[in-house]
Amino acid sequence: MPARIDFQTEPSRYRHWKLKVSGSRADLILDVDENGGLFEGYQLKLNSYDLGVDIELADIVQRLRFEHPQIRVVVLQSGKDRVFCAGANIRMLAGATHAHKVNFCKFTNETRNTIEDASETSGQKYLCAIKGTAAGGGYEMALACDHIILADDGNSTVALPELPLLAVLPGTGGLTRVTDKRKVRRDLADAFCTMEEGVRGSRAVKWRLVDQSVPNSKFEAAITRAVQRLTNATARPAETTGIALTPLERTFEHGAIRYSSLDVDIDRSARRATLTIRGPVTAPPATTGDMQAQGASFWPLRLARELDDAILHLRANEPEIGTLVFKSIGESGRVAGHDAFLDANASHWLAGEIQHYWKRVLKRIDLTSRSLVAMIEPGSCFAGTLAEIAFACDRSFMFDGALKGDNRAPAALTLTASNFGSYPMSNGLSRLATRFIGEPESVETARAVVGTPLDASDCERLGLVTSAFDEIDWDDEVRIFLEERASFSSDGLTGMEANLRFAGPETMETKIFGRLTAWQNWIFQRPNAAGAEGALKRYGTGVKATFDPKRV
Amino acid sequence: MPESAHVDYSTKIPNNVGLQDDQRVLKALEQWHPGYIDWWMTMGPEGFQTSDVYLRTAISIDPKGWAKFDYVKMPEYRWGILLAPRAEDRLVNFGGHKGEKAWQEVPGEYRAMLRRLVVIQGDTEPASVEQQRHLGKTAPSLYDMRNLFQVNVEEGRHLWAMVYLLHKYFGKDGREEAEGLLQRRSGDEDKPRMLGAFNETTPDWLSFFMFTFFTDRDGKMQLESLAQSGFDPLSRTCRFMLTEEAHHMFVGETGVGRVIERTCEAMKQAGIDDPYDIARVRALGVVDLPTLQKKANLHFSLSLDLFGSEVSTNAANFYNSGLKGRFQETRIEDDHALTSATYPVLKLVDGAIKLVEEPALTAINMRLRDDYVKDCQGGVSRWNKVIEKAGIKFELKLPSVTFHRQIGEFKGIHASPEGQLLSDGEWAARKDRWLPSTDDGAFIESLMAPCWEAGRYASWISAPKIGIDSKPGDFEYVKIHRA
Ligand SMILES: [Fe+2]
Ligand SMILES: [Fe+2]
Repeated sequence: MPARIDFQTEPSRYRHWKLKVSGSRADLILDVDENGGLFEGYQLKLNSYDLGVDIELADIVQRLRFEHPQIRVVVLQSGKDRVFCAGANIRMLAGATHAHKVNFCKFTNETRNTIEDASETSGQKYLCAIKGTAAGGGYEMALACDHIILADDGNSTVALPELPLLAVLPGTGGLTRVTDKRKVRRDLADAFCTMEEGVRGSRAVKWRLVDQSVPNSKFEAAITRAVQRLTNATARPAETTGIALTPLERTFEHGAIRYSSLDVDIDRSARRATLTIRGPVTAPPATTGDMQAQGASFWPLRLARELDDAILHLRANEPEIGTLVFKSIGESGRVAGHDAFLDANASHWLAGEIQHYWKRVLKRIDLTSRSLVAMIEPGSCFAGTLAEIAFACDRSFMFDGALKGDNRAPAALTLTASNFGSYPMSNGLSRLATRFIGEPESVETARAVVGTPLDASDCERLGLVTSAFDEIDWDDEVRIFLEERASFSSDGLTGMEANLRFAGPETMETKIFGRLTAWQNWIFQRPNAAGAEGALKRYGTGVKATFDPKRV
Repeated sequence: MPESAHVDYSTKIPNNVGLQDDQRVLKALEQWHPGYIDWWMTMGPEGFQTSDVYLRTAISIDPKGWAKFDYVKMPEYRWGILLAPRAEDRLVNFGGHKGEKAWQEVPGEYRAMLRRLVVIQGDTEPASVEQQRHLGKTAPSLYDMRNLFQVNVEEGRHLWAMVYLLHKYFGKDGREEAEGLLQRRSGDEDKPRMLGAFNETTPDWLSFFMFTFFTDRDGKMQLESLAQSGFDPLSRTCRFMLTEEAHHMFVGETGVGRVIERTCEAMKQAGIDDPYDIARVRALGVVDLPTLQKKANLHFSLSLDLFGSEVSTNAANFYNSGLKGRFQETRIEDDHALTSATYPVLKLVDGAIKLVEEPALTAINMRLRDDYVKDCQGGVSRWNKVIEKAGIKFELKLPSVTFHRQIGEFKGIHASPEGQLLSDGEWAARKDRWLPSTDDGAFIESLMAPCWEAGRYASWISAPKIGIDSKPGDFEYVKIHRA
């Protein structure tokens, strides 16, 4: 196992993917290096993947949006003969800790959602052209795309063989996308998901598992035509050059990570990390040209990337750090100014991408199975986009009044237009709309005070924070809360928090994550899968799994 | 009139499966048969469908019935459904179900796996007919032509055997798969046959002999391991197919043997001792021995690929489920469960070729391939006897299993026939020494002139020691009526 799983990569370091960009088309080739697994003990045969392969994919999808904004269509294909992708590597799964499996599935799901987000919000369309077998996660990758072409050669198939083969469920939204996105009839979906060998040719089209089934001799022509169709149907800024996503400024210290605008301080004995965000030190740029010139160092983008990396790092590498405390330092006015700048220029491709990126980072926070706490203290800058982080938290505490002998301004929270729809959660609602699901009028009351710094009593009255404490109570209340939180069952907290965070309607995304945490993770833990005689443990040995027949 | 009206399926098809009373199979066969005849007419031996061929037909499984010789027009050949007799109280002899009664019906949980095994085996049968369809017109004798057609009709019957299993035991899916067996085409870009070697061309008679020696021998090994199956109908089917497969390998072994014999004889007559004096040997109108070695290298390596990955989960599942055993499973002395045994597998470890002990269950393919190599070596040694007897210093050798591979451990590397690892550059520079080059192909093609006079043989091949069905040397094995 590597000492630390690093979510940062860049094209020169890719081992598993090749990206070719030409005009408005990008070709993305999956050609997994068998010996390039993240851990020891397995080979990534048949284009199967592990977290390392997906980290590269996530990096590519992100760079396509920021570095290659002219791209309209991305064509996803396999670089191997006779196999498209065999899905997540089974031996990796069988050998991994449960926590790693869960994190792995969560990350791959977020990446698939990012592909769909690129299509939906940036107009970068994904076309998946399958030759060979696309099984499990391989088919789920295809499901994330806008259009699926399957070679009709008697060999190419799509399959979700998890249940018959491994006694688990597809872990990357496969079942939900089959029914909710592809709208496959439920009984056919049932047949499909119990069929280890999968479905090929015209039946795959008839069942709506793929869009086209095309003989090999017409395969390339069909891709070209589909690319043309997707290209014509989407709009991207043509004459645009992207910005370079330069390497993050990041240093790991003992018990801390320092980024340019974010500090992560880890208190291991308290099993807690404090993430302190530094607001912008300058006003927003005057023009979009200036923003583009700042590129990756433009504060909102820089902070989003740093926060994203920190969350992923904590999820994958710090499993015992159960509570994340969010703090901020800076001038609220400048934060709000940046929000206003992005809003005013939302039609500019880069401004739009940055807002969409913040949407994804905030969703990543929502989906992090740690207790999330915001501490809104004097000198903090929880305004607009940063206030959204506080709304993502399970609890938020606000310091009431000034601190004796401290010349910083009293704590304030400022709402901006960004808090009212710029960053929908996976349930499709804003965090405020979700928060006030039972009192929609509170959203309107809050909207009326956009731009006004709100002090602790305002925030309590408006329901924007959980509690406000003055100097006398603050230290004790905060300490007691954090100690109590750390004493609860980690599993219990994970389940409770995931239940409470997503009030309101179900969407494909909430279903995917909800079912992942509930069904998939449960099944993954059960002896029928993970026991010594379970299907996962026995996979590849040729010995059949022994199942406990009792239905639960 | 519908095609099916020409055949009385219940009485005209030789069978020992009670076909006349099996409405389900009869109905399925009625649906399938016109497509089969259509396939045979368009993809079977080209140009000889109206000729009378002296063929052996199996009409029953008893010693009197399984080899009836007579002149037949191939489209009228009586393809039948014949299974080896049922052994009472046969058991599953290996895997997790060892000791249970052999299955007479498909166990539901193994339906998909079994169907896959049957379809893969079934796909190879028509494939080789397609590969060999143009060979008739360059046959080096009527005797060889007849052997070719015998092999072809029997591959057709093997297809029938697999189709019977699909129709009888696999319901609607089975019928669809049986149809698919007629849809795929060897070497077709859009609808290729399932396995690599069955999409290669068989451009000349030397390739045909090599193919029947090496690739039909893979078929033999696969049938041997399926003959062990706990699914009794599959076992019985494969056991009967093996009797026919033996003849195909006979055609290959004696075919190559007769080429060698003729070459050695011509070299002696011309006073050539050096087998590498290729130009002079070729000038005699015979195939030089180094080219034969290259052909063997090619067909051996392509056939090894048919065994799949050395370490295979599928193979382990097939074995443990009792569906596909090892070569001569019941004669092996071990626990036939293999849950703790290991087996040495040749692997590529950090750039070096090494034997590594792997769980025996996952190394089933490797073991079958080892048995195959041994089986091949027997025939190669007999060929070498012919060369030795002629006093020529040359020995045919099976190349290393690492040589020229597309599947398994060694697919990503280049190796010489001796198993030395090579760089891409070295391989490109030297591969024409080990595999038939375009020039070699052109030379062989130049030899492929038809020789259709009864009792006569082309310049490059000897007459057989004895005729088929003990017929005299000038027997007219094929009465050619060209369509
Ligand atoms: Fe055969
Ligand atoms: Fe054969």
